Amino acid sequence: MLQTEVMPPSLVLTLNGESRSLDAPLTVAGLIGRLGLDTRKVAVERNEAIVPRSAYHETWLEPGDALEIVHFIGGG
Amino acid sequence: MDGAIQATPELAPQEDSWTVAGRRFRSRLVVGTGKYKDLEETAAAIEASGAEMVTVAVRRVNLSDPKAPMLQDYVDPKRYTYLPNTAGCHTAKDAVRTLRLAREAGGWNLVKLEVLGPPPHLYPDMTATFEAADALIRDGFEVMVYCADDPVAAKRLEEMGCVAIMPLGAPIGSGLGVQNPAMLSLLIEQAGVPVLVDAGVGTASDAAIAMEIGCDAVLLNSAIAHAKDPVRMARAMKAAVEAGRLCRLAGRMPRRMGADPSSPLTGLIK
Repeated sequence: MLQTEVMPPSLVLTLNGESRSLDAPLTVAGLIGRLGLDTRKVAVERNEAIVPRSAYHETWLEPGDALEIVHFIGGG
Repeated sequence: MDGAIQATPELAPQEDSWTVAGRRFRSRLVVGTGKYKDLEETAAAIEASGAEMVTVAVRRVNLSDPKAPMLQDYVDPKRYTYLPNTAGCHTAKDAVRTLRLAREAGGWNLVKLEVLGPPPHLYPDMTATFEAADALIRDGFEVMVYCADDPVAAKRLEEMGCVAIMPLGAPIGSGLGVQNPAMLSLLIEQAGVPVLVDAGVGTASDAAIAMEIGCDAVLLNSAIAHAKDPVRMARAMKAAVEAGRLCRLAGRMPRRMGADPSSPLTGLIK
């Protein structure tokens, strides 16, 4: 049977050290939304560079990107 | 979160306070937010301590549980000055990366730098601490630095631009108390920035001693979090820091080698 539906291209990223496959295209804002996180409470590093919160909507993720998504927890 | 930190704006000028990096605080007790049973207990103990500044760690979000409660939901960053730390970082590079993330998450640049050696002592790695402090100061951070009770190292950190010097009283989490009052006194005497004892305080009298010898503030975590009743211990620490500070301001009596009766020796009955 002929596959008529076009599958969205997938994007393989490393999120907090784990490999994840997500539908492309995707921005940092889109990723945070898809993960169910509150942008006001996290910070994002992409390939060891900070992504400013103001740039989440225009930062498009690329295959192989390594992202660290962190927040504040209890510590001394 | 916005980046505007306004510490105790209602503070009257004559009230006892201390200032670090242009921010003024009335409470001289800085507390950690780690090691508590849960976030409710964290919030209750911090409230009871009267602290205005709290240390926090930066860690990966658990992506499998994105709706898990977060520290900010219990310890309001608008009410408390968050002091992000570099716990777990053993290199300058890791410390800088961690605090850049913290700055983005929180929006402010006042941080606690700690670069530790290996267990079991977790003693400050001063070579790596100097390297990280230099990188952070160049990047615009205001660095409160955990360090050895070494007056040469402490002075150098101050000259580099660190905004507070935070020597240990004893190893982190040991609760051994202030083991080095003479060295701390030397550090305090020469310092042009606030000095805080960070690490080692185990009980209220330890915190009082730190303040009596002239520290500007005390930073502790385990002494409260690992007490049987953390909320009550938080109150004890608040009182101890206040008592030690008052004692310092009052000026203690001189020590003497022998007794000096408190009641007059005249007018005795015969």
